[in-house]
Amino acid sequence: MKSINEIKEISTRIKRDVIQLTSHNTGHPGGAIGAADIIAELYFSRMNHDPKNPDKEDRDRFVLSNGHICAALYSALARSGYFPIEELKTLRKINSRLQGHPSRKDLPGVETSSGPLGQGLSIANGMVLGNRLKNINAKVYCFVGDGEIQEGQIWEAVMTAGHYKLHELCLIISWNDIQIDGRVKDVMNIEPIADKFKAFGWNTLEIDGHNLHQIRAAFDLFEQFDNAPTVIIARTVIGKGVSYMEHKPVWHGKAPSLEEAEVALQEIGPSSFGEDLVF
Amino acid sequence: MQLSGRDGFGRALLELGETNEKVVALCADLAESIRVHYFAEKYPQRYFQIGIAEQDLIGTAAGLALTGFIPFATTYAVFAAQRANEQIRLAACYNNANVKIAVSHGGLTCGEDGASHQALEDIASMRVMPNMTVIVPADAEEAYEATKAAAEVYGPVYLRLGRTPVPVHTQGFGSFEIGKARKLRDGSDVTLIAAGVMVDKAIQASELLAQEGIKASVINMHTIKPIDTDTIIREAQTTGCIVTAEEHSIIGGLGGAVAEVLSENIPVPLVRVGTKDTFGESGEPEALLTKYGLAASDIVAAARKAISMKKS
Ligand SMILES: Cc1ncc(C[n+]2csc(CCOP(=O)(O)OP(=O)(O)O)c2C)c(N)n1
Repeated sequence: MKSINEIKEISTRIKRDVIQLTSHNTGHPGGAIGAADIIAELYFSRMNHDPKNPDKEDRDRFVLSNGHICAALYSALARSGYFPIEELKTLRKINSRLQGHPSRKDLPGVETSSGPLGQGLSIANGMVLGNRLKNINAKVYCFVGDGEIQEGQIWEAVMTAGHYKLHELCLIISWNDIQIDGRVKDVMNIEPIADKFKAFGWNTLEIDGHNLHQIRAAFDLFEQFDNAPTVIIARTVIGKGVSYMEHKPVWHGKAPSLEEAEVALQEIGPSSFGEDLVF
Repeated sequence: MQLSGRDGFGRALLELGETNEKVVALCADLAESIRVHYFAEKYPQRYFQIGIAEQDLIGTAAGLALTGFIPFATTYAVFAAQRANEQIRLAACYNNANVKIAVSHGGLTCGEDGASHQALEDIASMRVMPNMTVIVPADAEEAYEATKAAAEVYGPVYLRLGRTPVPVHTQGFGSFEIGKARKLRDGSDVTLIAAGVMVDKAIQASELLAQEGIKASVINMHTIKPIDTDTIIREAQTTGCIVTAEEHSIIGGLGGAVAEVLSENIPVPLVRVGTKDTFGESGEPEALLTKYGLAASDIVAAARKAISMKKS
């Protein structure tokens, strides 16, 4: 397991990649930056996976349900060695394996295609059930946005996971209180989140989604639960670390200009993990 | 005793449980109705009740497929193809996941339940999906064969099963092969291309036409996608006109698929028998088929029309 300091450097690298990629290639920077800390911990400390053997049967799986934040996933995959780092620069371009939303058939390491919100948790449930049938004791992590849980299918899947006591399942909600049309509270209130999940028979953990110690502790607890699925309700900030992006719905899907990107990279700071992309 | 498509499906699935340990089944609170209960009783470990949640049903099936299983997700046609359409598109088709969607209550003959339950648009919406195979077996025996074949082929399959018992016409015409139509009757004047329960009506129509001295070829087009282009072209060359018959809207289903093949290869007269851009209603299956223009006599009238178009 990597040290918290190492994860911090990796997370910073992912954020830098997201800024560089979206400013050159378009895409969704805000949620991706907000997810970087959790994704760094998962891919670089937590999950049992092998970039050289993406289909390894007993791997832990990461299901990115809110596919629009895929720039962070692509960065984590490339920086772990699933495909050449240079290929990141093809994001959202024609003939690229890095589609605007993840495409399983194109890119190794992508466990399922996603983008249309609300579908990932059902698919993650099915993966847990499949692993169980094969007596494979692997974890399945599913990442959703907070606005995304307005989708009805999420609650169908929450019920299924509770019913089958899928303790191998960890759902992470990125609770940044932002969706496209404004604050989640105002668009369609989803609170109280933890109470809803408790009522469906889940273990619930609430953390600061940018505190690497809390992230690690939450995953440690999840691994100990053997009775029910776990939801980690992670308080996140859209565009975390980039002052002009934080808490602003517009940065959900707007790419920064090259000048804005410079400011963002300054504020995010350097990373000792890997090199900047060169465009 | 006559059996329905879903009966053949239930028997095949039970046998697959024995012969293929990768086969699993899921249901959304309609286990007996879709005949998945035989499998559920014998293989409870490999059976997943999802409750009344069809979008979750498809997603969960896709997840099982992505871990190497061959899931049969079962419900009624409207609730799969239509309620969970976008889940089928993303989780099953875009992933090219090995998900089999087996549905009953396709078409008017689900009868008394009425229009809300009668899927007359499902074939169109499934046929248009990349990677999807669409199979509409004619009778219980063919449903049995199709279920086995669906488990053998990789990729998403939509298997539309009838609710109503119908006579068996498909046996003795060679082994079932996805994408290869079965020719049930020889004829030189007109070709009747049918699927599902309308195969029985097409056979009846061919007998009525014979009484008028019209020789009708009858094709059982059990696979709507990939459609058997070779057979359609060969029939068009031989008889010079085509009638399609399906328990589905004439828009986008079998008739649509055949029209596409004909117009791009060998434009000959085509008359489509099916529902005419309308919903159904409650009633006995036979009465509904008659009221909505899907009786054997309607196929006969369509055949006469097709032949007359050929002459003019
Ligand atoms: C089914 C569906 N409806 C609408 C959209 C369009 N859409 C993309 S992202 C988004 C908002 C997502 O909000 P949230 O889940 O909170 O993610 P975040 O903004 O935190 O990244 C919407 C409505 C979609 N992708 N899928």
